[in-house]
Amino acid sequence: MKPTNTTDPEFFHKVVDCQYACPAHTPVPWYIRLIAQQEYTEAYLVNWQSNVFPGILGRTCDRPCEPACRRGRVEDAPVAICRLKRVAADFKEDVKHRLPGAGPANGKKVALVGGGPASLTVARGLAPLGYELHLFDDRNGAGGFMRSEIPSFRLPQAVLDEEVGYVLNMGIHTHFNTFIDSMSDLLAQDYDAVFVGCGAPRGRDLPDLPGRKEAAANIHVGLDWLASVAFEHSSRIGKKVIVLGGGNTAMDCCRTSRRLGGMDVKVIVRSPFADMKASDWEKEDAVNEGIPIIDNHVPKEFVLKKGKLAGMNFEKVEAVYKDDGGRELVPTGEKPVFFPCDDVLIAIGQENAFPWIEKETGIRFTGWGTPLLNDDVTMQSTRKEVFFGGDAAFGPKNIITAVAHGHLAAVSIDLYCQGGDLTARPGPQVNLVSQKMGIHEWSYASALVEDKREAVPLVELEKALSDRALEVELGFDADAAFVQAERCLNCDVQTVFTGANCIECDACTDICPTSCISFVRNAEEQDLRQRLVVPATNTAQGLYVSDTLETGKVMVKDEDVCLHCGLCAERCPTAAWDMQMFLYNTATASLDLMEIT
Amino acid sequence: MSYIKPKFRHPRLPINTLGYTVADYDGAISTLCAGCGHDSISAAIRNACFLSSIPPHRIAKLSGIGCSSKMPTYFMGRSHGFNSVHGRMPSVATGASLANRELTYIGVSGDGDTASIGIGQFVHLVRRNVNMTYIVANNGCYGLTKGQVSATADLGTVSKYGTANQFEGIDIASLALLQGASLVARSFSGDKEQLEPLIRGAMAHKGFAFIDVVSPCVTFNNHAGSTRSYTETREHLDAMPLDFVPMREEIRTHYAAGTGQNVTLHDGSVIHLHKTGTDYRTNDRVAALNALQAAQEEDRILTGLLFLDPNSQDLNRNLNLATRPLNELGKNELCPGSRVLNSINEGLR
Repeated sequence: MKPTNTTDPEFFHKVVDCQYACPAHTPVPWYIRLIAQQEYTEAYLVNWQSNVFPGILGRTCDRPCEPACRRGRVEDAPVAICRLKRVAADFKEDVKHRLPGAGPANGKKVALVGGGPASLTVARGLAPLGYELHLFDDRNGAGGFMRSEIPSFRLPQAVLDEEVGYVLNMGIHTHFNTFIDSMSDLLAQDYDAVFVGCGAPRGRDLPDLPGRKEAAANIHVGLDWLASVAFEHSSRIGKKVIVLGGGNTAMDCCRTSRRLGGMDVKVIVRSPFADMKASDWEKEDAVNEGIPIIDNHVPKEFVLKKGKLAGMNFEKVEAVYKDDGGRELVPTGEKPVFFPCDDVLIAIGQENAFPWIEKETGIRFTGWGTPLLNDDVTMQSTRKEVFFGGDAAFGPKNIITAVAHGHLAAVSIDLYCQGGDLTARPGPQVNLVSQKMGIHEWSYASALVEDKREAVPLVELEKALSDRALEVELGFDADAAFVQAERCLNCDVQTVFTGANCIECDACTDICPTSCISFVRNAEEQDLRQRLVVPATNTAQGLYVSDTLETGKVMVKDEDVCLHCGLCAERCPTAAWDMQMFLYNTATASLDLMEIT
Repeated sequence: MSYIKPKFRHPRLPINTLGYTVADYDGAISTLCAGCGHDSISAAIRNACFLSSIPPHRIAKLSGIGCSSKMPTYFMGRSHGFNSVHGRMPSVATGASLANRELTYIGVSGDGDTASIGIGQFVHLVRRNVNMTYIVANNGCYGLTKGQVSATADLGTVSKYGTANQFEGIDIASLALLQGASLVARSFSGDKEQLEPLIRGAMAHKGFAFIDVVSPCVTFNNHAGSTRSYTETREHLDAMPLDFVPMREEIRTHYAAGTGQNVTLHDGSVIHLHKTGTDYRTNDRVAALNALQAAQEEDRILTGLLFLDPNSQDLNRNLNLATRPLNELGKNELCPGSRVLNSINEGLR
């Protein structure tokens, strides 16, 4: 293999698994260390700079960082990254004076369609640069699905209002209760650019299922129903409720039903439990609230009695997995199963819908109904001044992906408005600093703790079910947060190797607790991976290969399960190993407007 | 400074035939200087015991005094250990191996412990052919007392204080050969590929197995002018590579005729020597002595298996002692009573 080019920040970036997995690349270990130091405000600002909604995401994020966490590979459970983020938001001081405001006007005007996380992120990026920003939303408030779909018992309105407010207070012109029904009309106005962040707002229905029309009064599309609850148009539901679907919306529907009078609430899903799209913790939360999840049942018909919905019939199926990774739900041949109910909530997915974008605008769409974008970096559509982001761009994802799109689109819009080349994008902000304090001392907590992951404490079930707005999770207290924060392995403190200093004494190989370091003859990657002290079978993780050393061997470090404990560097007599703190901040339209200490 | 090694290990560590991972052979974290050759030897011993699937509790580690003799703390924390008086490990080892012949004895000593204060005990241990593996971590200086040249330091080597050594060093490998050791080897701490199979072979050998390991002292003997620095040792190294094939495994690798030599040990395991195109025969004691002398003349550090008598008789057999460990003998066997005493006395009349 060729020697690893560590001057390319992407190599070390990939070592920080959590940050790499995060669509917005939030520097996770950095803020977790700040939490351990009780620097909650700074921890919050690190987050805010990167993901705009720390308090919201600390409660609702899909947390791709956690399955990626290295702790999960060397122990059983990853660091509780998401809920530590919430700790930063819960315990921070007032941050208003630390946040950037609107910059001096630059004469450019941008329209933002939809008031969800993608649009708000674009606004946050462009406002400090002096753009005049007009945000349109058909609801009476910004936040998009964060407001209409996520129930208050998971995300208190105060938290949502606070963080949405930080953005809107940057001089954003809001146009609420305004439905944009024509892109042509919008383009005819004097906007320099348009950003579409209107989400994938249409909940899928089952229009052809027998009884759908006749029982319509008691059948609701989950997304719309959640919104009507959030905006207080609905406040009751029947005693017996069936929720169809296995995603996070289904989990929100069933838990909300439990709080609005549903006594016997069931989730019924076509796929096996393990294949459900909902996050494991959201399934767990539903089950904890006494909601059974019945899998492998395909809805067949709505059953009416005396003209009113009485229940549903389901066909039992069995999942058959094919070699190509595909799956087929095969009927078991058993008799249909009847479940009685008063109401049905359909939460079987959502679709993109752009009936308001006319063909003549030149904006073209894919066969999936999503806009045709130049690439997944510029977010620019086939009409050059129109940009997309969030669920509107590539279909339903999650908040943190919308934020990541928002950052990309803001950079693109800024480049576009200033006449720059959209592909000549600013690089990430990177830094690499030695942590050496003394011969064997580091300026980070290199010693590993063996504490286990703890769950966040919850309010009593009875209390939770009696109040729709009462937040279920209490959050970690400061002591628990410290213990959980200390579980972080500090993967951003990189093991940096200088081959010229190495005397090949093997001290690092001998001490490494997880056998990551080998000195071997060089070879092609596949061969090399097999010849290490422990074969590097996790090909998702990189190998760090040195130049050829004096004996003709190379140093190969498998980054897979490195604990970043610093023992290699402590046992190195020549400082060929050093522990260096790696900072990586993704480029955003306005990065340096805040000082974080 | 870290005093505790994290308990997390690689989740896919290989396991040996006993079901242990190499981590089960770990000891406490080393307090020797960073980069000390001795730590590499510790790791080689640990790896060798793991690879040979020796149960940790069936191993006894013995040492005297010195940096080298601290080493047993840093490997195999679940084994027996005896840290004896300076230079007196041989007598403890002799007693232990007579009392319980079923344990694997690993003696770890240094150039001071073996060639200075302990040289008297050492030569007697050799000539008695006590069944043990005796490893000398040989760095040519007294690291524990700030790096004075030791009895094994080469003539003319420059100490850290800048003075050249005026005396001829004692070549302990030659000494062991002269005194009739049944296995003699030399290696380098920085060459685990050679050291590990040597230690495995030494442990499988029934009799006194001696391994002299050049182990650079990074703090006091790793400078220009020293003949035992990492750089100098590597430059003058003349290594004879080898493999160790345990009894239960078939020899899968095929070597071209004339490029290898196999030596079968007591237990059926095999040491395979790769580089014997030079007609080196490991069963010729005089040739081994000559080869060592010739290498020294030519400034080469000859490493590998220098001599092996696979048919040697260890002390237990020579003295015709009880075949079972003393701790397994009952009261009647240990103290057979006046009737047996009388019959012995009768036999002497």
